[in-house]
Amino acid sequence: MDKQNPVQEIVSQPYKYGFVTEIETEKIEKGLNEDVIRLISKKKKEPEFLLNFRLKAFNQWLKMKEPNWAELGYPQINYQDIIYYAAPKASEKKESLNEVDPKLLETFEKLGIPLSEQKRLTNVAVDAVFDSVSIATTYKEKLAEHGVIFCSISEAVNEYPEIIEKYIGTVVPINDNFFASLNSAVFSDGSFVYVPKGVNCPMDLSSYFRINSGDTGQFERTLIIAEEASQVSYLEGCTAPMFDTNTLHAAVVELVALEEASIKYSTVQNWYSGNEDGVGGIYNFVTKRGQCRGKKSKISWSQVETGSAITWKYPSCVLQGEESIGEFYSVALTNNHQKADTGTKMIHVGAKSRSTIVSKGISAGQSANSYRGLVQMGPKAYGARNYSQCDSMLIGDKASANTYPYIRSQQPQSSIEHEASTCRISEEQLFYLQSRGIGFEEAISMMVSGFCRDVFNQLPMEFAAEADKLLALKLEGSVG
Amino acid sequence: MINKDSKLILEITDLHARIEDQAILQGVNLRIKAGEIHAIMGRNGSGKSTLSKIIAGHPAYTVTSGEIKYKGENLMNMEPENRSRVGIFLGFQYPVEIPGVSNLEFLRVATNARRQELGEEELDTFDFEDLVQKRLELVQMDPAFLNRSVNEGFSGGEKKRNEILQMALLEPSLSILDETDSGLDIDALRIVAAGINQLAKPNTATLLITHYQRLLNEITPDFVHVMASGRILRTGGSELALDLEKDGYEWVEKINKDKEKV
Repeated sequence: MDKQNPVQEIVSQPYKYGFVTEIETEKIEKGLNEDVIRLISKKKKEPEFLLNFRLKAFNQWLKMKEPNWAELGYPQINYQDIIYYAAPKASEKKESLNEVDPKLLETFEKLGIPLSEQKRLTNVAVDAVFDSVSIATTYKEKLAEHGVIFCSISEAVNEYPEIIEKYIGTVVPINDNFFASLNSAVFSDGSFVYVPKGVNCPMDLSSYFRINSGDTGQFERTLIIAEEASQVSYLEGCTAPMFDTNTLHAAVVELVALEEASIKYSTVQNWYSGNEDGVGGIYNFVTKRGQCRGKKSKISWSQVETGSAITWKYPSCVLQGEESIGEFYSVALTNNHQKADTGTKMIHVGAKSRSTIVSKGISAGQSANSYRGLVQMGPKAYGARNYSQCDSMLIGDKASANTYPYIRSQQPQSSIEHEASTCRISEEQLFYLQSRGIGFEEAISMMVSGFCRDVFNQLPMEFAAEADKLLALKLEGSVG
Repeated sequence: MINKDSKLILEITDLHARIEDQAILQGVNLRIKAGEIHAIMGRNGSGKSTLSKIIAGHPAYTVTSGEIKYKGENLMNMEPENRSRVGIFLGFQYPVEIPGVSNLEFLRVATNARRQELGEEELDTFDFEDLVQKRLELVQMDPAFLNRSVNEGFSGGEKKRNEILQMALLEPSLSILDETDSGLDIDALRIVAAGINQLAKPNTATLLITHYQRLLNEITPDFVHVMASGRILRTGGSELALDLEKDGYEWVEKINKDKEKV
């Protein structure tokens, strides 16, 4: 009864994944120049074409300016003060898990991602990435029986160079944007998926990204190719230790779906978000894009963004194929001093292409949460349709929510629908739930997860439960 | 049903309360025993709804003096959720809508919170559905409302039925029903009243808050209290409600003023 405004302050529970693994790490010198890029490429024993790709990207990047249109207000990043390659010592890819440093296995176990044969997640193949390198990929043999390739991108570069050369940089060109160019120049590791024609991938594929070093940037690169009439569902999870400095994470993800192929890409992002005063945390500046190249192809993005000091990403779909489908389902939760500027671009090129956008933003504390999206109907997008729904929920009176929908249409025979709403958890709603025996925090998390239900329904089952728990955790804590 | 030996359920002594700077309750005294049905009547702004919210622990009100005891225990430092768990139920005049939260899930969580307090086993989804089906009959509610969001898009009557459904599930010791009759047509009023009558047991107490006699035609109170300016001015039997219906509130207020003069 002595709470003046019980909804005002909801402090997140201490970050659970903030531990650092003490492990000998091989790091290169801080800074970025051509020699560093050559060194990374050499360490990874890359073929000539990739080194050239990196150098070209680097030269582009040198000419580019760091964007600031999102007005996210972070201090200038000193790109010469970042380490561009860090790997656990003796990081040669192991033949079997028995040879992987037990400390690394332990780390992933602590994160809830057991890699050992006995404890593996059933029916989910995992690629575990630690700082700059992939340390293990599970269920590779089983996938291989179906012709599905799932491995780290470094491995793919050496084993399937022709596929990499054919596709890399074709969805996100090296000069696409400042952070994509930087990534193209220095990317370290990430996942590679190839699903052959007609194959329905027998299990979910998952990558788990772990940043361990404080002064190292993480630049992962993911490439997923779904050949004609194939299907795959891919999940990614992310955590990082707590440091009081900001760590840069600039990833690039490229998806290619050919005729009648379908890719579902789900993310639960829980990078360290900084402390209550906004010190530390990850800068998460990511370029994710998929191309629906074939007729009736489909790409579906779902994301639950809860971590990072700043999240700046717009998973997008280029709908080239006729009757191709793009989807974007997003929950972005910000607390304390976090900032999120996220949304999607749906570029309709093909006739009768369809896209659906459902975005749910929740802002608590003094955070800022923006949806920014573009729906574009090209001149040939006859009969194309889009439906967008952007809802914001405010918790307390210091948080802010914004919606910036951009709509461009060059095709009169297309339809675009946009709905937006903003709500606040009211004292009366909380009191109602409390007066039925439901505790204050449970009441909030009930309303938040109710608000997010449309998106959670899109997540793979294991992930949906995880996401629900994660949101509850983020909002849990003392109430002032 | 009055029984001299019944246990005291609610005891309010000289309660003063305010919202922001405005004093609303100015010395309320009230004792309710098990088995009894009480009705508080009064004009708008007399403080009767405020009293019900304060008993349930609404955070917007500040108790400045006096006390509320429930089964002998001081309520003042108890959170609203705990008051519910120990058996205090408030049926809202305007039940709020909670979009996205399934009514069924809400009812289940609420019921389990109460059961846990009583040392009973929590009900899983299936057991709970069996229970809720039985309770639905009491308020003649369409099961379709279980699958919607809490109160969202419900008509006034449906919201009130949903309140009585919650009361039936939580099996409270003390039910406070704030203007449960408002917004109900005569058929819905009869259904809701029948539900309340059925739920009133020798070991439970009921406090009805109402403007009008018409609810009291369906539920006969043992005591009627008239409230004005944040105080209970007069207490009588069920006949007091009839007098009020006939002569209006002015009559009580006048008697009171005369008393003050003397």
